[in-house]
Amino acid sequence: MILEGKVWLFGDNVDTDAIIPARYLSATDPEELAAHCMEDINPDFAASVQAGDLLVAGSNFGCGSSREHAPLALKGAGVSCVIAKSFARIFYRNAINIGLPILECEAELSRILAPGELLRVDLSAGMIIRLSDGSRYQAAPFPTFMQEIIQQGGLIEYVRHRLKR
Amino acid sequence: MSGQTMIEKILARGAGKKEVKPGDLVSVKVDLSLGNDITAPVAIKEFERLGLDRVFDPEKVVLVPDHFTPNRDIAAAEQALLVRRFAEKYGIRHYFEIGRMGIEHALLPEQGLVLPGQIIIGADSHTCTYGALGAFATGVGSTDLAAAMAIGEAWFKVPSTMRFIYEGELPTWVDGKDLILYTIGQIGVEGARYKAMAFCGPVIEKLPMDGRLTMANMAIEAGGKCGYMEPDAVTFSYLEGRTAQPYEPVYGDADAVYEQTLTFDVSRMEPQVAFPPAPDNTHPVSEAAGIKIDQVVIGSCTNGRLEDLRRAAAILKGRRVHPRVRLIIIPATQRIYRQAMAEGLMDIFVEAEAAISTPTCGPCLGGHMGILARGEKALATTNRNFVGRMGHPESEIFLCNPAVAAASAIAGEIVHPEEVMA
Repeated sequence: MILEGKVWLFGDNVDTDAIIPARYLSATDPEELAAHCMEDINPDFAASVQAGDLLVAGSNFGCGSSREHAPLALKGAGVSCVIAKSFARIFYRNAINIGLPILECEAELSRILAPGELLRVDLSAGMIIRLSDGSRYQAAPFPTFMQEIIQQGGLIEYVRHRLKR
Repeated sequence: MSGQTMIEKILARGAGKKEVKPGDLVSVKVDLSLGNDITAPVAIKEFERLGLDRVFDPEKVVLVPDHFTPNRDIAAAEQALLVRRFAEKYGIRHYFEIGRMGIEHALLPEQGLVLPGQIIIGADSHTCTYGALGAFATGVGSTDLAAAMAIGEAWFKVPSTMRFIYEGELPTWVDGKDLILYTIGQIGVEGARYKAMAFCGPVIEKLPMDGRLTMANMAIEAGGKCGYMEPDAVTFSYLEGRTAQPYEPVYGDADAVYEQTLTFDVSRMEPQVAFPPAPDNTHPVSEAAGIKIDQVVIGSCTNGRLEDLRRAAAILKGRRVHPRVRLIIIPATQRIYRQAMAEGLMDIFVEAEAAISTPTCGPCLGGHMGILARGEKALATTNRNFVGRMGHPESEIFLCNPAVAAASAIAGEIVHPEEVMA
């Protein structure tokens, strides 16, 4: 799958309280959550983010609480893929489980890229291409087991498949 | 073949394998799955997509409405109702209603639901608390909870293990909270990302269960997958009278491989304070001296246990909260609440002009029962001090142990407990 979109930049250790503040956790609907996504650290994000935009962050993205509302809010906001130097582990598995595309890339993209510039991402190859100069960055490949979950459309579909067997 | 750590052995057993090694992906049988009023509604929605008429094993599911309860508003009430109805429909016996509940991570060990050697997942990041009893316990998301309720299994990457050895003698007013804050300060908020944290050494051997639970609770604040103490006499005496279930403790091999071992001498450690905006921004309390505070919270899954309340009461006895400060004390469970009453701690708190709340996560995550206004500063025994965590994004949170919290509530600014007790 090929994605192309505009970049939103964030730094290191973006926590889940920043992605979706706890005061909004009485909601479970992704679009309702999206309206408050990142509001305490970037008040413009929720109003300006467009479907297909990409989020690029530093290390330990999604640290803190286990709230699945965090990847749900990003998905609801139309973010097509989160690229980070590293992810906190619960956010990582939540994203895989709900089918929010994520890529872990060692390059310091959150420092290299400028906000608003365009990226092309080949999800299956894990290739990230900067459209302004054509430079290419390789993301870490997913283990086979996780690829299965991703291909089946998330953990619930994976479980459904297993229950049928 | 080299030996295995306690976590590797527990995961191998859960996966039906002889051994596993760090990096292996395994699907394991889960002994207990936990959800709360925030995370269970999302899990229930996902579970119901599967169209099953039963959960895998109703005895292995625990549901605790503790975050926005007693219901803070209509939306929270709807969420709690959803969880209550689900528990009724699927015969979940371990559903804890208001009046019988507690903050989940204080409640489950207290009720004897957590046993050494178990594999426990919870749709709450502080599920790692149960490692204090020698279990493998870790936070997951709501969809993981839904899957475990459906098939009784969860997938994991086997973590490598970092070992932390604490030596020396714990000074007065320094406790488990300080050990873990100091540790997080040393390694950073991602210092143990994806890893297990083994807490051991002579200081841990002498540390009571309440302090151990506090330490394992905050493993996640260093990015850890789990934190644990191997079961010992303290564990077994804690379990006495709490469970009739058989259990099989697991111990790491003498030649187990630890990715890294860090040794700390604690004899000269001061109480620690984590400055905003992250739990790894820790300083000795002397460096925080004089910071004026508006609110103090003593409670949460980290520090709302009986031992914590006793420490706070020892300082508050016969003293008064500073006129500029609001002190909110939240016993973590009904049983702790009652015990605190029986011991006269509640009288001490009310006489000191503290407010006492029914068990709830409440202010810890900015839910209710003590939200901060713009520019306000709080000192709390909770676990996170991220931007906006307890209220307005321009409010600030400092984290500490219950003794420092109580002493500072009296002083109106952050102080070492010695200064108030002198």
